[in-house]
Amino acid sequence: MSIKVVRTKAEFEGRITEETGLVEGRDLASWGTDAELGVVGKRHPRVDGIARVTGRARYTQDVYLPGMLHVRVLRSPYPRARVRRVDTSRALGLPGVRGVLHRFNAPKAAFRGEETIFRDEVRFVGDEVAAVAADTEEIAADAIRLIDVDYELLPFVADLEEAMRDDATRLEEKGNVSESGRFDLGDAKRAFSESKTIVEATYRTSTQLHNSLETHGAVARWDGDELTVWESTQHVFGVRAGVQAALKIPYRDIRVLCDYMGGGFGSKGGAGKYTIVAAIFARQLGRPVRCVLTRDEENLAAGNRSATYQTVKIAARGKRIHAIEHRSWSNSGQGRWIADPTGPTNGLYDIPNVRTRSYKVVTSLGALSAFRAPGYVEGTFALDQAIDELAERIGEDPLELRRRHATRRTDPVTGLRYSLKRLLACYDIGATEIGWQHRKPEGTRGSAPHRRRGFGMASQLWGGSGWPPAYATVHLNPDGTAVLRCGTQDIGTGTRTVLAQIVAEELGLELGAVRVELGDTNSQYAPISAGSLTVASVGPAVRLAAMDARMQLLDAASGLLEVGPTELRVERGAIVSKGRRTPLGEVLGQVENYTVIGKGSRFPNPEGLTLKTFGAHFAQVEVDVRTGEVFVEHVVAVHDIGRVINPLTAASQVEGGVIQGLGFVLSEERIVDRPTGRVLNGNLESYKVPTVRDVPRITVRFVDEPDTRANNIGAKGLGEPPIIPLPAAVANAVANAIGVRVRTAPITRQRVLEALELRP
Amino acid sequence: MGHVPKTPQFIGPGAVDVAFEVNGDGVSVHVPPHRTLLDTLRETLGLTGAKRVCDEGTCGACTILLDGEPVYSCMTLAVACAGRAVETVEGLSTERGLHPVQEAFIEHDAFQCGFCTPGQIMSCVGLLRHTSSPTADDVLRAVSGNLCRCGAYPNIVAAALSAAKKQARR
Repeated sequence: MSIKVVRTKAEFEGRITEETGLVEGRDLASWGTDAELGVVGKRHPRVDGIARVTGRARYTQDVYLPGMLHVRVLRSPYPRARVRRVDTSRALGLPGVRGVLHRFNAPKAAFRGEETIFRDEVRFVGDEVAAVAADTEEIAADAIRLIDVDYELLPFVADLEEAMRDDATRLEEKGNVSESGRFDLGDAKRAFSESKTIVEATYRTSTQLHNSLETHGAVARWDGDELTVWESTQHVFGVRAGVQAALKIPYRDIRVLCDYMGGGFGSKGGAGKYTIVAAIFARQLGRPVRCVLTRDEENLAAGNRSATYQTVKIAARGKRIHAIEHRSWSNSGQGRWIADPTGPTNGLYDIPNVRTRSYKVVTSLGALSAFRAPGYVEGTFALDQAIDELAERIGEDPLELRRRHATRRTDPVTGLRYSLKRLLACYDIGATEIGWQHRKPEGTRGSAPHRRRGFGMASQLWGGSGWPPAYATVHLNPDGTAVLRCGTQDIGTGTRTVLAQIVAEELGLELGAVRVELGDTNSQYAPISAGSLTVASVGPAVRLAAMDARMQLLDAASGLLEVGPTELRVERGAIVSKGRRTPLGEVLGQVENYTVIGKGSRFPNPEGLTLKTFGAHFAQVEVDVRTGEVFVEHVVAVHDIGRVINPLTAASQVEGGVIQGLGFVLSEERIVDRPTGRVLNGNLESYKVPTVRDVPRITVRFVDEPDTRANNIGAKGLGEPPIIPLPAAVANAVANAIGVRVRTAPITRQRVLEALELRP
Repeated sequence: MGHVPKTPQFIGPGAVDVAFEVNGDGVSVHVPPHRTLLDTLRETLGLTGAKRVCDEGTCGACTILLDGEPVYSCMTLAVACAGRAVETVEGLSTERGLHPVQEAFIEHDAFQCGFCTPGQIMSCVGLLRHTSSPTADDVLRAVSGNLCRCGAYPNIVAAALSAAKKQARR
């Protein structure tokens, strides 16, 4: 097959780029809206369910190799300091210690734009100072306490709003604040000057910690020149690139594996310092090395969702929104980028005059990393509350106000037409399911005299189109079973299952005949499992690989059965010809062990269109006005994501997004001690992730209309959408219940009580 | 849980021999007195089903059954298990098939990344040992010490209730 170069627009977490890929052969038309599919679109329990419930599923943390050494990392206790001297003599004297690495002895290893792993100037509490490899983790933990470090303390700033001040300690020469995004539509300045109804408010969101249950970590083993890395990651190929950059060894000699992984939520996008440290130690010491972070380390040095400070000014003209200005400052810590919270403001509603600015603020804290819909959760929290505040001011139902601004057919940012947009359908389904007609502008009485009830809703905008490059191969065995090999990973979203469904559907097999092998750089490339792009990127390539295998199978069967290929089809594991079924094993079994290998690649997205996902969340809450406690009673989550490949796993993903959103809006908040720059609750005891008792009734609905212009399976992404609108929907419901608004997330009891006391 | 561990009075400081039962088989391990049951299961016995997530008794991912009661194995010393019976997720299924709780977890999609799953399952199994027909509130109580960051909670509760029903029919 000939190879063609394709280019396509890609939107990754709000940033639009152009991607280049190579494709082979021709694409298929999308399965139609009324296609009769037997496996795709049906509820199927996960194909890896047995491995997960028996403890057999092997995660990176479960990789124990013979002779393996364990690493623990010494981290800076100071938010900013120069490392003047490191004395390792006492640590090296401890029996069982095999090596210590620090800035004065570690080999050069480029890492994310820096030349070494261990900085001469540590920049946050938790920054890497030294690492110890020892026979056991206990010895390594003892040894890091025996390392003597001479620090020269430097001025720092460990708070977003403090760092924004003109007189703040400058952490970078050009200052702590830099612009990182802007968008203008129409003339916002003039629009505000001609509007009489203007609402302005300030919103704040707190730093959210991922707390993936499996912490970041890697195991490295050298066999001669060949390095194998087991890593808990969302992108094995990203880890490979990071290892290559740091160690300067060829791809030929690097293999990265991630079979099962215990959550990432955006934070596991590539090689970590722990990866490089494990690889360096393993090479120096000639033994496999494991470097896995503790929970505390995870919460200091493995990323977070930036805290934000946002101001929104919004104006009405009659019953329409005339202008909006949204400015946002994000705490990037020591990160080099920010997730832009103004994305939803730029593109969600049909507003003629828009002005947005977003700023990165550096602080002496750990770097941010992407966290499920980075920026969009924070931004929607501000935007969709501002919409409600304006609706209240003009005496309009907030859902009606949104409906009036939800019908635009083109994307305000790119000017391109949407391939499909069913936002209004989301509103209609959600309003019916929650019982929106019960909402009163002043809230209603709750289930007890001191409880008030309220309803709120918010909208969701996200990309999720997927794009090239992504590749897959399908190996069809002579017994009629198949193995899909693809370099993507299943981070808990059900990727293995939905890809198996696509293979079974296209190749004509029973689902049980398909095994899926993922998370191995010895497969062909697949993109990072992030940005809601996995199914839409990889799924179409998998379908083409299965089709290629089917075509070759039909050719082979035609010869073996002596029937013209056009008179044959494959159906549920058998060749069907003139009403006669011959199981694949019988057909291919006639030849000695021939494996059919089908290949597939992801073709570009359609020209001249923009592909988005939409949705809406509705919340019904009660608030106890004596204690300030918020009780979420019911959440309705409606999403427009194109074709739903597996309604069972899709619903699970939505419930999970809703629950993570509840954590964001009600309980999760990293607390930093400003005078020392230390994180006070980097654990699962005092950092409050939701428990089973915090879960309300959740109703999940999908529009489930295939986006047949998007790609050959008609599906878009679902990972991020279900967390985006939930916090704003709950905040709006709380405001409806108690008549005052809490503009800071999380909406804790204390903040509710403070708001109630301020009530006019 | 309510057990007072029968910790031997004078042992250590070096490694000591400890004999106990794991999933019905007798085992003997040579471990320092401060080694947790979790680390012993994972590193010495190769049973990696129980997970180390917080290592301080707040998340439940290391839950196993000790003499039939769910306990956090990161908060249990191996030496405190001498002569006692430990059950882990690896011991639940038999040649006849999966345990009803395991089956129900698959059927109800009660996991996403699956890292908390062994602990969730052991908490549910512990519950069903004592309560043949648990209420939803019993289930909430049984798994309220098991965190799930993916948010599979609704399906976990549904799975536990369904397994209880299935078990009652058998």
